[in-house]
Amino acid sequence: MQEVMIKRAKELLADGTVNRVIGWKKGEFFYDATPAVFRTAEELDNEFVFDDFTQANVSKYLVKESRKEGKILAFLKPCDTYSFNQLVKEHRIIRENVYVVGVPGGPKLDIEKIKAKGITGVLNVKNENYTIKIETLYSTEEMPFYEAVSGKCKSCKSKKHVVYDELIGEDGDILDSNRFDMVEKLENMTAEERFNFWQNELSKCIRCNACRNVCPACTCENCVFDNPKSGVDNKAPADSFEEKMFHIIRAFHVAGRCTDCGECSRVCPQNIPLHLLNRKFIKDINSLYGDYQAGADTTSKAPLNDYNTDDCEPSIVHERGVE
Amino acid sequence: MQVNENFEPVIVAFCCNWCSYAGADLSGTNRLNYPANVKIIRVPCSCRVNPMFILRAFQKGADGVIICGCHPGDCHYTSGNYFTRRRITLLYSMLDFLGIERNRTRLEWVSAAEGAKFAAVMNQFVEDVRKLGKNRRLEDLRCRK
Repeated sequence: MQEVMIKRAKELLADGTVNRVIGWKKGEFFYDATPAVFRTAEELDNEFVFDDFTQANVSKYLVKESRKEGKILAFLKPCDTYSFNQLVKEHRIIRENVYVVGVPGGPKLDIEKIKAKGITGVLNVKNENYTIKIETLYSTEEMPFYEAVSGKCKSCKSKKHVVYDELIGEDGDILDSNRFDMVEKLENMTAEERFNFWQNELSKCIRCNACRNVCPACTCENCVFDNPKSGVDNKAPADSFEEKMFHIIRAFHVAGRCTDCGECSRVCPQNIPLHLLNRKFIKDINSLYGDYQAGADTTSKAPLNDYNTDDCEPSIVHERGVE
Repeated sequence: MQVNENFEPVIVAFCCNWCSYAGADLSGTNRLNYPANVKIIRVPCSCRVNPMFILRAFQKGADGVIICGCHPGDCHYTSGNYFTRRRITLLYSMLDFLGIERNRTRLEWVSAAEGAKFAAVMNQFVEDVRKLGKNRRLEDLRCRK
């Protein structure tokens, strides 16, 4: 796949369709694939990667990239196309300046899950028939592929590209995922259990802002959390209230626009399941205001920018589920 | 749960200028009683209430937050309270999801002619919050008096 992508990117660079390419390159280690912009064929040959570790969603970078001179080629996985579409809908990406090549999605691997097995000094990971062979400094290990699949790919919602100019590989389908299972489990706990669960999770937060910075829905030029008058800018939470406030507001600001790409939880250095907050909003919107998938199209109205005169009252929250 | 009869909750009420605030005024001119625990903040429309306002109220020591607006369809700005309804439903649902007691938050529609309803709603809400006791789950220790 990587060779096919590089070949196609070189062709498009050569015929002048695009003047640069956004994809992934190796980081310090082979599993640290990071988004990068390539301008020449040599750079593509030397640095471009597309493997089991290229999880990052590059759509957010296109907000700035699509405003630069010339057209850019973007390799988008199915989940990234939803974010891309949502940003086009919000007029954040200039669609004409991006040439979208759809590439197959995951499931991608999470190095943390491999390391959690006590495997260290990883040199290479190969996938053979749903068993991964891990070459380390010390030995060769094996583990089932699905045990190393990253959290966001485990609850994949769709393998369908919602937007593309051309496609490498085949287009998939929208999947019937089990992504709301954990939200439901929490909803069925008592209020105290839920409180303890979230207190435990959110108290790990160090306010590195990685979840906000990576989120393709968080594209405000001036963020409320950078406001020096807010008292919560650029500092670690001083109180459990501040942890909760940050995460409630962060999730609320993307409610109805979150495509559930799962980047927030992926980048969290403290492994807080932040996607559960977003999924709670998605689940509520689906159940109260009708099924809505952000980014599935560029025309429908966002649920929070819309209303029906016979919407339910907030008291519905008090009536359902466990107190 | 043991109820402390002497506990006086602090209630913050966001009232829309055109209906609920006038409703509160009417309940006053009608000599109807509602508890002094209720601190009213006047907002131009119930949809002015930013989720941050509600969290800030809890941070600064409120034990309950109630939002009052015009009845759906009667909004002075045509559709403001419809947006409030969706937004606040989601926010309250999220607070519930995080384990904050659900009876600490409420939304009621009170028109300018409903002075009696305003007093009744506030009496009821203060009693409900009194049963829950002090807000401990969403308080800021630095603001504790």
